[in-house]
This record gives sequence, C-alpha cells and structure tokens, in this order.
Amino acid sequence: MLLEVKNLRTEFKLKRGTVRAVDDVSFTIDKGEILAIVGESGSGKSVTSLSLMGLIQKPGGVAGGEILFKSQDLSKLSQKELQEIRGNKISMIFQEPMTSLNPVWRIKDQIMENIMTHMKMSKKEALARTVEMLDTVGIPSPAERANDYPHQMSGGMRQRVMTAMALSCEPDLLIADEPTTALDVTIQAQILELLYQMREKFNMAVLLITHDLGVVYEAADRVIVMYCGKIVEEADVKTLFEQPQHPYTVGLLQSIPQIDNESDEHLFMIKGMVPNPLHMPPGCSFSDRCDRCMERCTKEMPELQEINGHKVRCFLYDKAEEGELSAK
Amino acid sequence: MLKYIFKRILMLIPVLIGVSIIVFLIMRVFSPDPAPIVLGQHATQEAVEVWRQANGLNDPIYLQYFNYITGALTGDLGTSYYTKMPVAKEIFARFPATIELALVAIMLASFFGILIGVISAVKKNSIFDNAGMFIALIGVSMPIFWLGILLIIFFSGTLHWLPSSGRIDPMLQPLDITGFYLIDSLMTNNIDAFKDAFRHLVLPASALAMYSMAIIARMTRSSMLETLQQDFIRTARAKGISEGRVIIRHALRNGLIPIVTVIGLQLGSLLGGAVLTETVFSWPGIGAYTVACILKSDFPVVQGVVLLIASIFVLVNLIVDVIYAFLDPRIKYSKKEV
Ligand SMILES: Nc1ncnc2c1ncn2[C@@H]1O[C@H](COP(=O)(O)OP(=O)(O)O)[C@@H](O)[C@H]1O
Ligand code: SF4
Ligand SMILES: [Mg+2]
Repeated sequence: MLLEVKNLRTEFKLKRGTVRAVDDVSFTIDKGEILAIVGESGSGKSVTSLSLMGLIQKPGGVAGGEILFKSQDLSKLSQKELQEIRGNKISMIFQEPMTSLNPVWRIKDQIMENIMTHMKMSKKEALARTVEMLDTVGIPSPAERANDYPHQMSGGMRQRVMTAMALSCEPDLLIADEPTTALDVTIQAQILELLYQMREKFNMAVLLITHDLGVVYEAADRVIVMYCGKIVEEADVKTLFEQPQHPYTVGLLQSIPQIDNESDEHLFMIKGMVPNPLHMPPGCSFSDRCDRCMERCTKEMPELQEINGHKVRCFLYDKAEEGELSAK
Repeated sequence: MLKYIFKRILMLIPVLIGVSIIVFLIMRVFSPDPAPIVLGQHATQEAVEVWRQANGLNDPIYLQYFNYITGALTGDLGTSYYTKMPVAKEIFARFPATIELALVAIMLASFFGILIGVISAVKKNSIFDNAGMFIALIGVSMPIFWLGILLIIFFSGTLHWLPSSGRIDPMLQPLDITGFYLIDSLMTNNIDAFKDAFRHLVLPASALAMYSMAIIARMTRSSMLETLQQDFIRTARAKGISEGRVIIRHALRNGLIPIVTVIGLQLGSLLGGAVLTETVFSWPGIGAYTVACILKSDFPVVQGVVLLIASIFVLVNLIVDVIYAFLDPRIKYSKKEV
C-alpha cells in the first residue's frame, strides 16, 4: 500500500462558522494505480489533495485523521519534513496551466529549482535533466524551449511543462488536480495519454481529480465519488460505470454528453445546487436534490458501507435492513 | 531596447521645451520685478533701467525666451542675478547634497517599506501586520517638518546621538570629487569623514523617507497579498521549496512590478519633500536654495533648477520602464509602443 488515508477531516475556520470541506474521508492507493476522485465543483476534491501535501493554507487545516504514505503519517510531519516529500516523493499538477507557472521565470529555471531542491545535482546536470524531462513529456526541441517563458507557450505545452516538473524527481505519487479541465478537447486527450504513458514509464501511482466522468472512464483504475466533502461511492471503474448505486453517481453518469446521441434531447442535469457548506441539509447531504429521498434521509446521515469492494453511502442500500447490497 | 531608450531620451527635448516655457512665463507674470530686489529699494530709476536693459528684461517676452532657450541648448543657463555666477555652477554646487539625501532616503524607504509590506502580507491580520500598518499610517499622516523637528528634539536634543544640522563637520570635509560625501570620503579612504557624513544623513534622510516608506509598505502589502493568492505560488509550495524562497523568489519577485512604479513616483516626490527637510535640517542642498531664489526673483536660477528637475523626472520614469522590462519578460518595448 503506497498511500492510506484514514478518516481525513479538513476544516476552514471562517468568521461565519466552520466549513468541513473534507469529512471523514478514507481511501487507499496502491503502487502504480490510478485512482480518480470525481464530484461537482465544491465537493472537496482539491482540498483533499492539498491536505495530503500539507498545503492547506490558513484559516484552514487538517483537523483529524491519518495520511499514511509508505507507512509514515504525513499529517504529523513538520512543514520542513513535508518539504522533503513534496515535489520529490509526491508531486502535483494543477488545473490552470496558464497561471500555475511563474510568469517571470524561464521554464528551465522553474524545473531546475524542483530538481535541485531534492537531488544533489550541479546546475549543469540539473539542466540536462530538465531538457531530458521536457523531451520525455513530448515537447519538441526541448533544449530551446527550456529557455522560454510560460507566456510563450500554449496551454497544452504548459501542462506538459508542469508534468515534466512534477515528474522530474520521479515521484511515487502524482496528484493531478483537474489537469485537463482548462484545455481544449483534443489537447485534453493528449495530456491524459501523457499521464498514462508516464504512469507506465515511471511506475508511479496517480491520484486523478476531475469533475469529468469521461476522463475517469479513459484513465482510471478505481473511482471515488465525492459529494459535500464526503465519499458517497467507491468502486473500480467498470463496476461504477455499469452498476452505479448512489443516486448522485447515477445523476453524474446521466449527465455525461454522449457523442453518438444525436437527438436534441436536453442533457440530463442533477436538479438543484450543491448546498452551502455552512447550511448543510440535516441527514444525507444529497437529500435536498435526491429523487429517491426517503423520510429517514432527512434525519440521519447514512454510513459508507462496503460490499464486495463496492462502497456506497445511501439508505437505499442499507446493509442492516437488506443484508445484501441491492437496489430497492 | 536600446532603440527604445534612445527614443525616450529624445522625447526629453519637447518635454523640456514645454516645461521651460511654462516656468519662464510663470516667473515673469507672477514674480515681482527682480531689479529693485537686486539693486535695493533705494536704487534710482535710471539704475533700474540700466540693469533691466543689461539683463535683457526690456526685450519682448518671446525674444527673451528665444535668447534663453538658444543659450540653454548650448549649455549656457545664464548667470544668477545676485552671485553673478553661472547658473550651472550654482546648481551643481548644491545639487549633489540634495541627490545624496534623496537617494539615501529612497533606499531607506524602499528597504523598510518592502520589509514591512512583506511581513504584513505574510502575517496578514497578525500583530506584525497591525503594527506595520500603524507605522505606515503615521508615515502618511505626519507632516515632514513636524517629524523632522521631533527627530531633532529626541535624537539630537535628548539623546545627543546624532547631529541635527549640516552635511558634515567642516573639519572633515572630503575632497570634492563627485559632490556625494559618502562616495568622496570612500574614494579618498577617509573613513572618519564617511562616518560623520553618514551620521549627518541619518536624521534628515529618515524624516524624508518616512512618507515614502509608508506608501511603499502599503503598496508592497497589497501587491504581495495579491501575488500570494496566485496559482504559481501553490505550485512553488508543491515543489517542496522553503517558504522563505516561495515568498522572496516567487511572490516578491512577481509583486515587485507595481512596487517599482511606486518607488519611481516616490523618488520624484522626494525631491519636493527635500525642500522642507533641507530647511528643517539646514541641509545645504538645492531645495532651500531654490525657495530663496524664487522669493528673490532670481529668474535664471529658478529656470535652471526646474529644467534639471524635469529632466530627472523623465529619466526616473525611463529607468522605471527599463526595470519593468527586466522584471517582467512579458513586457516588450517595441517601436510601435513608443
Ligand atoms: N480557502 C478556503 N476558504 C474557505 N473555504 C474553502 C477554501 N477552500 C475550499 N473551501 C471550501 O471547501 C469546499 C471544497 O472546495 P474544493 O476542494 O476546492 O472543491 P473542488 O471539489 O471543486 O476541488 C468549498 O466548497 C469551500 O466551501
Ligand atoms: S440516503 Fe436518501 S437522500 Fe441520500 S442519496 Fe440515498 S436515497 Fe438519496
Ligand atoms: Mg478543485
């Protein structure tokens, strides 16, 4: 087991109250595995990933749980100790390739900074490695492009640069937070393909965060569905797409645009909006939007239950009543 | 880039012509007639006429200006009505004192302003932030002469730590090479003179720096708060580099662009503040001298000083623009933008 997150809780202490952005989240990632986290915007995906890295800024912070990375609890480490892991053992790429690179530094300096922070290398060696990494991620004439500033590159190229930087110290885990969201569809596919290749090449695990189930289907081995800071469903990709159980997951799947569907039927949308984190509905957080909401749902929060590796948090599948996972 | 700089320097010429026309007219319309002041109240009518004729003040005003500007273009700024010395000489005897004061003040203001601004932004809403912004509030609200007097009373009067007036102990005056005592004393290896000149500079430079420091601190704080929110800061942190490096090499380096603008503007306004500071601290610079010349209607000197200050403004602006291009690779000065 490469990463084992247990009961992670991350909170933001605001003047108007405490927002629990990540609530009792547990999951594991194996070596070389691609685990996807999906959910609408605001469901706590980014906060989860930043929590792993110890990068939650005030007024937020990890309020509980364990983050066992190679059996070491990251949530107990000092910032100094975390710095040795960030960019080295665990690295990250972000949604906005346009703004995630420092606009006033040449890209080679940005990548070399990462390398020289973690590897004992001379400037010359670090530069050679930088060029090699740029080549690996498919940047043409990497030695010249290394001298470019970010604004001289396209979005797709910048995301390749981010990837080269993140992989430059051969991490065990790459966290990719919506790496394709800001890109054109064709470029999206290229970047996903790149992540896939890099996973093979470096045999690293990937935590792929996205709100796009299409991306999940393309790339992931296993999927976690998050809603309002909680995991509501977890399964391997095939199971999740063939037998989704949580009403939220069903809704998400129905709202994927189908290319072969040429009728001008309106795309399905889950009704309503993600609740304000300061005013969560009592009981199940999805109850105010759920078609199958029952009386009990508005009073109690269902537990995450597991049957045969498929986890779901919904009273429709209550083990206590049914003894077995099955839709009513 | 060189081409751009050259063009900007050429643009100095119309600016200087415009400024010279304005100051020329203002002096002649609003200033009292210099003749009775130069010759004394009891001068005869004929003597006044002779003096006016000799100094070209009886010519039509456009001819006066034409004569002045053709002289100025060949480097002749005229002579002072009182000392009969060439204006250029008068100015350059006093100008280094002012520039030295202003440069030391802007360095103090920039260093402490940026320091306070960065700490305030990084420790937002903490006691450090509150203290820093309180100092900045005092800095912008306190009149310079009042601050100067307070500094004199406390540091020279009560504590006897620092001298309250002058540039240097006359016994220690270094050889005049550049006119900047700090530099001249170092060039001549005169450490005592350096120390003494420095001690004389501390109070007036601090008084002069205070306002600019406050403005720079506020600008740095807001610029840093904005940059610290940017995505690339998160990227930098995710690389595992130290927080200090994130703040200086990434955040401050990016936040510096608006800060440099403010420093440039402040350098200009420091020259204005220098007048008051020089008066309070009996600093032998150009500011207090110019005020005296305005009151005495010494037209050539005032015109010369104004031209010089206008040139400095334009040059400071140019330097700021050049620094921009170094700070921000996205800025390219093409021919079109000139
Ligand atoms: N800096 C912050 N301050 C306060 N609340 C925050 C902050 N960042 C995130 N949150 C809260 O955490 C929730 C989840 O955010 P996030 O993880 O960014 O969602 P996403 O799933 O879209 O990545 C948000 O809805 C918000 O309530
Ligand atoms: S627990 Fe109830 S409200 Fe929540 S998802 Fe299941 S059926 Fe819907
Ligand atoms: Mg997000």
